[in-house]
Amino acid sequence: MIGLGHYLVVAAILFVLGVFGIFLNRKNIIVILMAIELILLAVNINLVAFSAYLGDMVGQIFAMFVLTVAAGEAAIGLAILVIYFRGRGSIAVDDINQMKG
Amino acid sequence: MIQAAAFYLFATIVIASGVMTIASRNPVHSVLWLILAFFNAAGLMLLLGAEFIAMLLVIVYVGAVAVLFLFVVMMLDVDFAEMRAGFAKYLPFGTLLAIVLLAEIVFAIAAWNAGSIATGVRAAPTNAAVPNIEALGTVLYTRYLYIFEGAGLVLLVAMIGAIVLTQRTRSGVRPQNVSAQVRRRPEDATRNVNQPVGQGVEL
Repeated sequence: MIGLGHYLVVAAILFVLGVFGIFLNRKNIIVILMAIELILLAVNINLVAFSAYLGDMVGQIFAMFVLTVAAGEAAIGLAILVIYFRGRGSIAVDDINQMKG
Repeated sequence: MIQAAAFYLFATIVIASGVMTIASRNPVHSVLWLILAFFNAAGLMLLLGAEFIAMLLVIVYVGAVAVLFLFVVMMLDVDFAEMRAGFAKYLPFGTLLAIVLLAEIVFAIAAWNAGSIATGVRAAPTNAAVPNIEALGTVLYTRYLYIFEGAGLVLLVAMIGAIVLTQRTRSGVRPQNVSAQVRRRPEDATRNVNQPVGQGVEL
């Protein structure tokens, strides 16, 4: 029988994969954004699992709001990435500290 | 029994594609693995009985976010081989951090299983007779109406922000000025001259 714990473990592994991905791909900001999407997906799985097993709709409502924020974050992040690339010709995150001023 | 089989199938694929998302060499492949992860997460949510969230996941994540990623990855001409340079350098630290985080989360889940703090009353108890979408809408459009409108505002700001950020005014192009063309009258463009014989026209 599949219990709440199973879903929590899947979400936990997915969350840790997301955090790990941020450190693994320090230079590639596109993959960092994808790792953030993985983290938000793990949070969504947690919210929906708790909502189902506790018998409360609020978890699914907040999963929707997390989805909204994830979509907005991806749009803004990629827009910033595009103008950064347009100005410098590369997306190396290491050089971003040169943008002072 | 079939639920358990479906759960293990979806869970295995979602984790495997998560690993491939962060580990694959080509970012285009990363995006495709991410799409697979989203599809399987939608399957997990279907198993939980949250049909609307599952469909939303497919539409929003796969249809919008992942396609946006794919667009940007293919549009930008980036040297991805050079991007991989720090891959091995951060591997030990990242692994350490991931292990610590995973241990903490597993500990928290074990503590929760051992007997959680009672969650008191349910804020919005589910009713088995009501379909998922109807139940969601009933709560969303009443108690969470303002938060819902706030979410709409967030999306509006994100849209305007993305447009403002990526818009650029090109110099050196000569676009058509429609209002100037429409406003122009014959007297602006022509003049009558009483031209004396034997002289050239002064333009």
